[in-house]
Amino acid sequence: MASDVQRNDRPTGPEAGADALARARAAVAAVVDPEIPILTLEDLGILRGVAQQDGKIVVELTPTYIGCPATFAIRLAVEAALAAAGLREVRVVTQLSPPWSTDAITESGRRKLKAFGIAPPARAKNPGALFHDTEVACPRCGSSKTSKLSEFGSTACKAQWRCDACREPFDYFKCI
Amino acid sequence: MSADIVDRHGPAPQAAAAALVAYVLSLADDALVLGHRLSEWSGRGPTLEEDIALSNLALDLIGQARLCYSYAGELEGLGRDEDALAYRRDEHAYRNLLLLEQPNGDFAMTMARHLLYAAFLAPYFTALSASSDARLAEIGGKAAKEMAYHLRHAAEWVIRLGDGTEESRARMTAALDELWMYTGEMFDMDADESALSAQGIAVDRGSIRPAWEATLTRVLAQATLARPADRWMQRGGRAGRHSEHLGHLLAEMQVVHRAHPGASW
Repeated sequence: MASDVQRNDRPTGPEAGADALARARAAVAAVVDPEIPILTLEDLGILRGVAQQDGKIVVELTPTYIGCPATFAIRLAVEAALAAAGLREVRVVTQLSPPWSTDAITESGRRKLKAFGIAPPARAKNPGALFHDTEVACPRCGSSKTSKLSEFGSTACKAQWRCDACREPFDYFKCI
Repeated sequence: MSADIVDRHGPAPQAAAAALVAYVLSLADDALVLGHRLSEWSGRGPTLEEDIALSNLALDLIGQARLCYSYAGELEGLGRDEDALAYRRDEHAYRNLLLLEQPNGDFAMTMARHLLYAAFLAPYFTALSASSDARLAEIGGKAAKEMAYHLRHAAEWVIRLGDGTEESRARMTAALDELWMYTGEMFDMDADESALSAQGIAVDRGSIRPAWEATLTRVLAQATLARPADRWMQRGGRAGRHSEHLGHLLAEMQVVHRAHPGASW
């Protein structure tokens, strides 16, 4: 997703230059979500951009849910990864708009979720509808005979489902 | 808590600041008071799934509150951050709706309160996402997506309990009857908020009424419940005149911060 941070590649500060930007991108690319550590921030679609501005590295993140308690931990993890890469002049900013959607999860992210036992989000036509049916395939046996136990689960982004074929309970990364 | 939203939109004009601060604070107070009420269910939910659901919903509202308090503090320019605004204002300074401070009561009461409010707030935030104030538009756009499942969850329970057993039906009927008198205040606007609405900053609360009525009509019909009759409506929350319940809520919510001002970890 395009970043709207104004880019300034002229060397004006300690973290200027193409090399610093490349190192910053590599460092941020390796940061994983603290609650679903198989997903990188990019897989999850919450990394909006890494840029240089006035000699600083500027990382733009967007929260998944408005009150997600992991937001602060993610910010710290990004700062720590940049520090480990020798980059200390950094700014991590939060961007709310456009709001995050599960459609921002990458194809690679969806595959990793399934392999981890979490059903990837449906691409629902209208997740805001008052009532709607969602069809979710069991991440273990692939059956579509599944039922929702609760729309709320262990984290804000997950729901509790059960497979009626293999009888296993599983997490569903719910569509928003 | 710390503010981490960078203002990319520049400062608001000074003249409009006081009215805008009051408006943003009222949004924040609504979210925090209801979020705190829902959090009172944490560890006490009727089932494990519902305990988790109520805590999830509480988190969303507290997230809304944090964004609004941070913005109000920036607009106000007196150096008050989200903590100062949430923990160090007294009852009369709170501007939340009376509906939201009402005690949780039984589970039917909590779900009735949530339906009455979410049926309003979901379309309200959708409308706010078109605000001419960029920060409010961002907050509205983000929160609207979440309020959709708040509304769905509350509606499912009102239907299940209304169209349930004799006892669940009696409790849901009593809850709606008890809370109905607090619904009128949701649509009130004072002169300042009306002016903000005319400028395209705030949402005209009256414009939300058709969507609210339509949702309630549909849900109550499915729940086989009658819409309570309109009668005397309680007002005063927006002016800082609260029921006795808010003081108790704030006492519990603020005690640690007031006992250790400025503490952090």
